[in-house]
Amino acid sequence: MWRFLLTVIRRDLLLAARRKGDWLTSQFFFVMVVSMFPLGIGADPEQLRRVAGGVLWVAALLASLLSLQRLYADDHRDGSLEQMLLSPQPALILALGKAIAHWLIFGLPLLVIAPLLGLQFALPPDAIGTLVIALAIGTPVLSLLGGVGAALTLGLRGGGTLLTLLILPLYVPALIFGAGAVDGVLAGQGAEAQLSLLGAFMGLCLLLAPWVTGAALRVSVD
Amino acid sequence: MDLQAGQLLLVQGGNGRGKTSFLRLLSGLSQPEAGEVRWNGESIDRVRETYQQSMVYLAHANGVKDDLTPVENVQIYAGLRGQKRVQAEIEPVLVRMGLAACLDLPARVLSFGQRRRVALAGLLVSGALLWILDEPLTGLDVRGVAEVETLLREHVRAGGMVVMTTHQPLRLQGVDTVMLQIGPVMQVDGSVSAPANEAA
Repeated sequence: MWRFLLTVIRRDLLLAARRKGDWLTSQFFFVMVVSMFPLGIGADPEQLRRVAGGVLWVAALLASLLSLQRLYADDHRDGSLEQMLLSPQPALILALGKAIAHWLIFGLPLLVIAPLLGLQFALPPDAIGTLVIALAIGTPVLSLLGGVGAALTLGLRGGGTLLTLLILPLYVPALIFGAGAVDGVLAGQGAEAQLSLLGAFMGLCLLLAPWVTGAALRVSVD
Repeated sequence: MDLQAGQLLLVQGGNGRGKTSFLRLLSGLSQPEAGEVRWNGESIDRVRETYQQSMVYLAHANGVKDDLTPVENVQIYAGLRGQKRVQAEIEPVLVRMGLAACLDLPARVLSFGQRRRVALAGLLVSGALLWILDEPLTGLDVRGVAEVETLLREHVRAGGMVVMTTHQPLRLQGVDTVMLQIGPVMQVDGSVSAPANEAA
């Protein structure tokens, strides 16, 4: 089982390394969207600080949607998804491996870029720290839930749009708790409560999302 | 109907008759509406792990990743089946499949037939007992077809099982071949038309 899981992860990382343009797109999108806000709403640090958490989180959600469309689509097209489903391991391990690989490719770089973008919004150091922690807990949610959407919309025409409509509402708890954690620190209330709730949501997704994704993948090749 | 070790089941029928659907049912990718596919007498749903360990399925799509080299493709194919294969084990198989000149090239630059050969090499490396092959000869040249015929003979004689479809004439001397005709006979000699829902 471990070999299967590691092979799935290694395979996706290898493919990402061969096609850097594909995954860098969503990182650049994230940077671009976030950078538009200071230009659009003016350079008043007080105002920027107030919107920082929300802006960064919304940008992260949108950037994840950009990368999710290809999560299973390429494998579906060239037949390797069928081969992975025919492996002796259950489909939920496959879904888990794909989500982990997606997080390593998409979520992890976001954690590195986010502090720099936080500076653009005049965030104090402790708020930036909370932002990174919140993203570290929250971005796996994006990969896990996104996998469900990507699997459900597999093989549909216009699946990308449908994916957006399907998944964005599910992201709402992550957005509320994630952005709320940053605001909490700025308001001097601390972020523990918000981060705990975000962690609980992540745990729930970790339990349920691979299972649902696996079932959806089985249906999509039937 | 039953398939024993050391037998080859040749599924025949015109286009759109359901040959591929039949193979997908056997592989467990699709669920039958009625009837049951059994492996060693047990429903494949119940023994899925053992069954999928002993079975490989070559579909129309090769499942070969364009950005990876043939060696990496086969390595990952084995890894997904829970097997560890080092380069030294894989390369001779690829060379045997006539890919000696393109071991380090990304599969993107290979021709359709060459990618088919990569997929066939994955099959060989897996060491599975049951091969389910959907049109394995598509895109292969004369020597490729001869090589696949040799592989089929060797595999069946070694006690393996093959279920395959093809529209090309096959030279399978000395192979215990069972024919299954789906739909009306077109030009074949030996034919049966029984509802098939079992392989053991």
